[in-house]
Amino acid sequence: MDRLPTWADAILVPVLSIVIAFAISAIVILGIGENPINAMGIMISGGLGSTYGWGYTLYYATNFMFTGLAVAVAFHATLFNIGGDGQAQLGGLGVAMAALYIPWPNWWLALFGASAAAALFGAAWAAIPAWLQAKRGSHIVITTIMFNFIGSALLNYLLVNVFRPVGSMDPATANFPKATTLPNLSSILGLVGIPFSNQTPANVTFLIALLACLLVWLLIWHTRFGFALRAFGKSEPAARYAGISPVKITMYAMLISGALAGLMSINNVMGESGRLVLNSSEGAGFIGIAVALMGRSHPLGILLASILFGFLYQGGAELAMWTTIPPQLILVIQALVILFTGALDNMVRMPVEAVFHRLGKRRG
Amino acid sequence: MATAETSGRQATAAPTASGSAPAIELRGISKAFGPVQANKDISLAVKRGTIHGIIGENGAGKSTLMSILYGFYKADEGEILVGGQPTPIHDSQAAIRAGIGMVFQHFKLVHNFTVLENIVLGAEDGALLGPSLSKARKLLKSLAEEYELNVDPDQTIENLSVGHQQRVEILKALYRQADILILDEPTGVLTPAEADHLFRILANLKREGKTIILITHKLREIMEITDTVSVMRRGQMTATVKTSETSPEQLAELMVGRKVLLRVEKKPATPGKTVLEVENLKVVDRFGVERLKGVSLNVKAGEIVGIAGVAGNGQSELLEVLGGFTAATGHLRMNGRELDVSGRHSDGQTRRHDGISHVPEDRQHLGLIMDFAAWENVAFGYHNDPAYQRNGFLMDNAALVRETAAKMQRFDVRPPDPKLAAKNFSGGNQQKLVLAREIERNPDLLLIGQPTRGVDIGAIEFIHQQIVRLRDAGKAILLVSVELDEIMSLADRIAVMFDGRIMGERLPEETDERELGLLMAGMKGKAA
Repeated sequence: MDRLPTWADAILVPVLSIVIAFAISAIVILGIGENPINAMGIMISGGLGSTYGWGYTLYYATNFMFTGLAVAVAFHATLFNIGGDGQAQLGGLGVAMAALYIPWPNWWLALFGASAAAALFGAAWAAIPAWLQAKRGSHIVITTIMFNFIGSALLNYLLVNVFRPVGSMDPATANFPKATTLPNLSSILGLVGIPFSNQTPANVTFLIALLACLLVWLLIWHTRFGFALRAFGKSEPAARYAGISPVKITMYAMLISGALAGLMSINNVMGESGRLVLNSSEGAGFIGIAVALMGRSHPLGILLASILFGFLYQGGAELAMWTTIPPQLILVIQALVILFTGALDNMVRMPVEAVFHRLGKRRG
Repeated sequence: MATAETSGRQATAAPTASGSAPAIELRGISKAFGPVQANKDISLAVKRGTIHGIIGENGAGKSTLMSILYGFYKADEGEILVGGQPTPIHDSQAAIRAGIGMVFQHFKLVHNFTVLENIVLGAEDGALLGPSLSKARKLLKSLAEEYELNVDPDQTIENLSVGHQQRVEILKALYRQADILILDEPTGVLTPAEADHLFRILANLKREGKTIILITHKLREIMEITDTVSVMRRGQMTATVKTSETSPEQLAELMVGRKVLLRVEKKPATPGKTVLEVENLKVVDRFGVERLKGVSLNVKAGEIVGIAGVAGNGQSELLEVLGGFTAATGHLRMNGRELDVSGRHSDGQTRRHDGISHVPEDRQHLGLIMDFAAWENVAFGYHNDPAYQRNGFLMDNAALVRETAAKMQRFDVRPPDPKLAAKNFSGGNQQKLVLAREIERNPDLLLIGQPTRGVDIGAIEFIHQQIVRLRDAGKAILLVSVELDEIMSLADRIAVMFDGRIMGERLPEETDERELGLLMAGMKGKAA
């Protein structure tokens, strides 16, 4: 079978998948008794129709970029890190401790410190499953899932018993000091004269996420480590022949993955809420799996997939607000997108390949 | 086409009667996969009660042709005649009804079923298994006596050796009353003794009037057992000749399309100082089985030492220890310097630093990353080389692509596209890519395992030349091969391995295949 041209592989197939997912969603919306075109209009205007909508879309997208990159890095080594959510929550703990216990003079120093703490805590939470996999062969999928629960329980305990300010009924830390408040996207874009809503949680972390995409791309395809990582991911026996240590690659891949997942918390914990609350990650760690899957573990794909999922989140919230469509339907749409872009990829790909094959034959 | 018409005397006899019509006849078979013409106007008539060989390089279209015969593919054009009757074969059931049985290269057996259950599977007489099983048991007994086809009917497949599994495949076909038996590369997985036994079985089947089609790329087997041989090249049948009237050289030329040197041209070796010294090397695998039981060996500069032996007698473990990715005990010295064999202070990287290059036995699982582009595979194992780095952090991918293009030129890798993934190259070109990577590192010692396994005849010649060239440049070479011919023609000194031990060392000019065969079977002492 002829190979698809790159543009068809990277753009045409995913776009077709999304169109089919939305078409089926439309049927479901019809079944509920709502107008699907109307619903689509609300989602698009709510998610992308204003800088306010874009602000939320990009805020969610920032979360997904970090967790998506985290999954992708591990996945290049054929390690399935399901623990992004736990690692992100622990990253939040790092951010909270850095913000609360160190008197930062200004926001950007605080950002450096909090980022380091977030990455460190996230990596540490990934280190134990990684070590168990590398040294003991305990399956990383199982251990990272379990570590999500352990992380959740740990934060529950810490927020209720350790960090909760005296007299507060809320299982959350105290508010972070003013000096740690990150500039929002509105003030950053204002510097270059672009007007942007200042009512949204989108903040400087979005730019850091873009930088992370670039760095991960360099790491995977342009460094010795990335080379060894991909080689190990494709064939462990071959990696051992080449003198690539499976233990080292497993450890480093998971540490980097955990650090990226942890970094997400500078967006939601430091940038948005300004304190650490229960279940701060809100499941973004799991969306990261879908994002990485859809983005084919490539940073550019992850960037685009993150924006799509950010749009689904924000558009879905708007939909629930303005129609009788229940918010659960957004989960249905998300599930369909994941289903068609991930699990059923070949269903779309094979007919597209057949069409290209026939076209190529006619030309030849 | 024309040759087929000449045998067109109308055969009115029933297909099973031994009339004068060919057992099976193909007329003008063509098959294309997209732009690739896999079979082109192929005509072939196989006489009843003969063994007919089909020989050709990888990708010549042999397997496609047999898949058409067995109903896996539908031919674009042409027809199939069985016993003189035009017989459309839409699927494997139709092939079985026409009396065609197939023994695939990769067996299709249910591993946790017994031999009997596998034989009956898909050909049960009714809802109850009992009658079929006892019928099969009776038949099996008579077949075993008639054809030396003995296997324990109640043994599960997973407990059988590969040779016995193959017999089950043959029995399956006979149980389904096959008159025409097609075997696809049947000796690829067999030891020499098992292969001999298979050939005896085939000869017995032939004596009973069965027709056998043998697909292979090994000239020796064709010469040994077939009556007639057809040669395929690039989807076409280039010749059909009587085996007794041809020679391996002629067949090789027909296969490749040019003259081929079957023997390696080399000058006598001029061994220098000892490069590799191995002393009392022992390996215990993770199941506690001792794979190497104290191997001692040396290789000198400018010398090829060949390790002969049936696969699975410790040769792979020896290469892995020397290549640095299997732990062992004992001593390993390179140029007089002691190297670690415990795996605690050594790996594939340190070995490369110590001047050892390694062309592994299994290039598809060890030597190459099949999804990686050619240029990435050229960097593979040497990716830490400072020459491939730019400003310390990034790899110089562009330089690697250029270097790969040059290497592909020098080693005649086709197509010469550095960005093509390894899996898209033929076996011979994959091997040339590995050789280009390892030989051009200019190692003191080259480890090379099964250098020509799955490699076309044309490429074999080139690969052997490269190995001899490296020897003549004063390098030490340790060659492991299960092909005795290859060892005999390449090695300057031969060590035979059996059961994790070196049974003895011989000089090629002072020994013969019989003596080596005895050593390979574990029999000590000189043959009389």
